[in-house]
Amino acid sequence: MRKYILRRLLLMIPTLLGVAVIIFLLVRVVPGDIVEMRYAGQGAFVTKDLLEKERARLGLDKPLWRQFLEWMWGILRFDFGSSMWTGAPITHEIAIRFQLSLQLALMATTVAVLLAIPLGTLAALRQDTWVDYVVRVFSIAGLAVPSFWLGILMILTFLLFFGWLPPMVFTPLWKNPWENLSQLIWPALAVGYRYSAVSTRMTRSAMLEVLREDYIRTARAKGLVEKLILTRHALKNAMLPVFTVIGLEFAFLLGGLVVTEQVFNLNGLGLLFVESVSRRDYTLVQALVLLVAFVYVFVNFFVDLLYAWVDPRIRYQ
Amino acid sequence: MALNKPLDAVAEVPGEAYRPGWVRAVVRFSRRRRLGAAGAAIVVLMSLCAISAPLIAPYGPLETDFAAQLRRPNVDHWLGTDAFGRDLLSRLIYGSRTALLVGFTSAFLGATLGALVGVASAYFGGRIDLGIQRIVDIFLSFPIIILALAVVSILGTGVFNVIMAITVPMIPNSSRVVRSSALAVREMPYVDAARAAGFGHRRIIFRHMLPNVMAPYLIMLTAYVGQAILLEASLSFLGLGVQEPTAAWGLMLRGAAVEFAETAPWMAIFPGLAISLGVFAFNLFGDSLRDALDPKLRTL
Repeated sequence: MRKYILRRLLLMIPTLLGVAVIIFLLVRVVPGDIVEMRYAGQGAFVTKDLLEKERARLGLDKPLWRQFLEWMWGILRFDFGSSMWTGAPITHEIAIRFQLSLQLALMATTVAVLLAIPLGTLAALRQDTWVDYVVRVFSIAGLAVPSFWLGILMILTFLLFFGWLPPMVFTPLWKNPWENLSQLIWPALAVGYRYSAVSTRMTRSAMLEVLREDYIRTARAKGLVEKLILTRHALKNAMLPVFTVIGLEFAFLLGGLVVTEQVFNLNGLGLLFVESVSRRDYTLVQALVLLVAFVYVFVNFFVDLLYAWVDPRIRYQ
Repeated sequence: MALNKPLDAVAEVPGEAYRPGWVRAVVRFSRRRRLGAAGAAIVVLMSLCAISAPLIAPYGPLETDFAAQLRRPNVDHWLGTDAFGRDLLSRLIYGSRTALLVGFTSAFLGATLGALVGVASAYFGGRIDLGIQRIVDIFLSFPIIILALAVVSILGTGVFNVIMAITVPMIPNSSRVVRSSALAVREMPYVDAARAAGFGHRRIIFRHMLPNVMAPYLIMLTAYVGQAILLEASLSFLGLGVQEPTAAWGLMLRGAAVEFAETAPWMAIFPGLAISLGVFAFNLFGDSLRDALDPKLRTL
């Protein structure tokens, strides 16, 4: 087991290195760099000399391999550099938004789990009845309705019928839980509904498979109460693939809520990403993508370990 | 002659007139999978709308009427007008062209290229497989929207660049799913037989393996159309997709729709409904298709 964990951890390195190389090259392929972006906005006459000087200051005049190695060397020392646009350390830029994004991702995941597991189980138990159909339509609709539109509808409803709007400024949970929740619960619902769809379907199909297993028939035959069969025997076994889906979605919720954040006017990692892409803020884009990829790879690894823990039949070599 | 008798008798049962195979398949599919059939019906309707847009749309998609700005739904403009006095219904009808064009093209390209990579990866196995799968791993650890944004910022906006931006993140996804089916196909005796017969790699991959992973391929294709429409809407909503004045659903939700949402809510409601209905129909159809073709396949 220990050997397996070690090997998996080592395998993360090439994946993350690959992500780093790709994003490093991607941002640099985009026409126009940050220096041009900044001075183009000012409209004043700029000499070529000034542009070159600015590039040299940001280290953009060095050869690509050198820039990459310096970036990697920084990461090894936990030094992610500074944002090319604001000049503030990247850790700071990310930290002030991370709290919001993390909380939102956690809340949306909770919404998704609370919807998915009961609904998916119910649909599996009542397969091919109207209950099943309603749940399936509900979850397929969740995949179809854009969460940014759901957000617009929510805001519109509040505005038209209640003359109220969710707070615009983020307040940390411990400072004022009420303010905090009345801002974040709506995006969490809009996004959570969408993400519940995949998990609901996964729960349903996993349950359908498990309910046909021999040990369920044995449990029924020995007269076990249906509730116990469900919770102890069926759900426990059906949850594995659901864990995977939920875990991986969580990783993407952290950095991929680009559009929803826009609608709810949230200053999270998604917005930061869009801003830094349009400003060609190389260092910040690189750091953000690497962060999301890291969380994704790590969650993937964690879920696999969870498998072994939940299901004693799985033993990794 | 005697042997033919029972067969003739079956053919003569009233109401069971001869129908081509695919018609029977369609009838059976719609009887057994009502939801899927409903989805397929909406898809067909949407495609008809897109094809006959100039015939059924009451106004041109770019026709502005500054005397009729922000009109609420009425007899002349069934779904109201936008900030430029453009008829919303007409723009929605023309928008279905953008949605379907982007949806079908990028889903087809993404699923097909992915299937090719997946089958090749499974067929060659060993180091090639390992190498390809590590690259796929790398791409899978980007959120789709972030990868799409990256491609858009390189290529620029506009319909064809958006198609590229949506296709790229689909390839690794589809290759992973198809590969897992292709691994089983590779072990089939007929693949060995083909190799023993001295066929080349290309012929075995295209003629022997690809046709046998059609089920996951078709399922993904339908699911991807819905996802692609949604992604196009998201990109256009961010202002990074299809550009004004082209009629596109996501684009219609941007800017004025939000600005005037309080006074002209129809501008924010109907395009969203169109996106939802379109994606919903494709997903409904894809879902039933999956149940029908491959009940054990869990991925989406």
